[in-house]
Amino acid sequence: MPLARKKTRNYLPLVLLMLALFPIFGSSYYNELIGKIMIMTIFAMSLDLLVGFTGLVSFGHAAFFGVAAYSVVLLSPKYDPGNLLLVLPGAVFTGAAVAFVVGLFVLRTKGIYFIMVTLAFAQMIYFVFHDTPLGGGSDGAFLNVKPELRIGEKVLLDLNEPMQFYYVVLVLLVVAYVFLRVLLRSPLGHALAGIRSNEHRMLSLGFPVFLYKLAGFVTAGGIAGLAGFLSACQYGFVTPEILSWHQSGNVLLMVILGGMGTLNGAAIGAFAFVVLQEVFSALTKHWQLLMGVVIVTVVMVLPGGLSSLPARLKGLLIGGGNRNG
Amino acid sequence: MAELVLSARGMSRRFGGLYANKDVSLDMHKGVLHAVLGPNGAGKSTLINLLSGDLPPSAGEILYRGEDISGWSPDKRSRAGIGRSYQRTNIFPGFTVFENCRLAAQSRAPRALRVFSKAVSFADLRDAADRAIAQAGLAERRDVVAATLSHGEQRQLEIAMVLATSPSVLLLDEPLAGMGPEESQSMVALLKKLTPDHAILLVEHDMDAVFAVADVITVMVAGQVLESGPPDQIRDSVAVQEAYLGEGEPDDE
Repeated sequence: MPLARKKTRNYLPLVLLMLALFPIFGSSYYNELIGKIMIMTIFAMSLDLLVGFTGLVSFGHAAFFGVAAYSVVLLSPKYDPGNLLLVLPGAVFTGAAVAFVVGLFVLRTKGIYFIMVTLAFAQMIYFVFHDTPLGGGSDGAFLNVKPELRIGEKVLLDLNEPMQFYYVVLVLLVVAYVFLRVLLRSPLGHALAGIRSNEHRMLSLGFPVFLYKLAGFVTAGGIAGLAGFLSACQYGFVTPEILSWHQSGNVLLMVILGGMGTLNGAAIGAFAFVVLQEVFSALTKHWQLLMGVVIVTVVMVLPGGLSSLPARLKGLLIGGGNRNG
Repeated sequence: MAELVLSARGMSRRFGGLYANKDVSLDMHKGVLHAVLGPNGAGKSTLINLLSGDLPPSAGEILYRGEDISGWSPDKRSRAGIGRSYQRTNIFPGFTVFENCRLAAQSRAPRALRVFSKAVSFADLRDAADRAIAQAGLAERRDVVAATLSHGEQRQLEIAMVLATSPSVLLLDEPLAGMGPEESQSMVALLKKLTPDHAILLVEHDMDAVFAVADVITVMVAGQVLESGPPDQIRDSVAVQEAYLGEGEPDDE
């Protein structure tokens, strides 16, 4: 359990305020970019629940993000706005349900096998959407009209409006963050931390470890589904690429870049990754080369990820080797 | 004798052609401390692993309160009341002593669906943890991160974690290994205190400790039970002396 929590906590209201005020100053380009970062943060936090808090290195997390995004298109009428109250829970449920089925199989494996099997399942799902007409095949499918929340004749929320969409993303980011924080301090969260620390001992203490891991996996799948829902609504179309292993790899890199097992690190990682991607791809077509250099550097210099930078600097300044960072 | 709690009947475990345990039968009663002695490689740890479910037996039965549990998983056996400690310290190194024991106690009242409650807010778990910590003599180290404990203290924590699950059977794999004389003494005192309410199986190399606490001693050699009986009988047994001295193996290397 993290001990140095106080320091990071204090910045949260400030970050929240900045995010809430940002659209007043930002252009539509930057609003969309920040929106994307917030969506990726939700996605990365959901993976951090597995990688950082439970010790399950999933290399197929895009599957849950992707199927949820597809479910938005499939649950929405072709030329009318979908009902937010149906489409949003539908997407979360889709992510969680697919995670449940996949989890039943993959959670029987450990370590490197777990990584491989999660990747294999994600690729299977990728090819289902890529090679069948279900979601428009390799071309993907358009979400012509984004969902709205309507009571009677009155439209309360319309995700086609960029401003409204931005604040919906922000609110859902806060909801996801608070939910995960609450979950992590609950008995379930402590049990997951125990599994990460010493799975064998958890078993001998009498915990049905498989069920706990499944609960974590399904929760992570559901939250990834939330991110997938928002992503589909942001871009208005879905392609099989959002299910591919590139996407799984990217989100894993975000978690590693920011620092595993901190949640805040997932946010920092998502921010750094998306911004660097944007900057590097403006510089060169081979942006992944530069990204690779950054990631290797961070992993070697800062094993605790970018979120450990303040503690690390403090340690250097004081002169002691603070390795808890 | 008192109430029969756990027993093995003709239990065997093979690794390839090698029998780690062969046709082992023994009984554990409530209020009886049953010690298992034997030279290294005699199959003592395998015996505990078979009883706790860490290893499935190749043959034979394990009866817990009259029910055959040989097919049960380790977590199911633990929930039923069979607690074990490990020869090699097996704790949550990054957690405090308290959290190690609190989590152990949580296994008895999982409340996994109480997602909106704080794990540390449940008084019953906190009490069970603190009780176990006090019993194992770690009260002063309660809020220390387990990884920073001394080896002997980690052994004490190992026991505290089992106690926090309020088991009725205790399978203790060399709890005294690596303990200083003082710690050993308090552990022996603790074992005596625990015996009336538990059925205890003690695997231990420390002969003095074993003869001080054991009510029944079983001697194993090469995966088989050589002799079983009260301490006096074992002390005087010719077969046991031969087994130990004949092979030139001292008792506690």
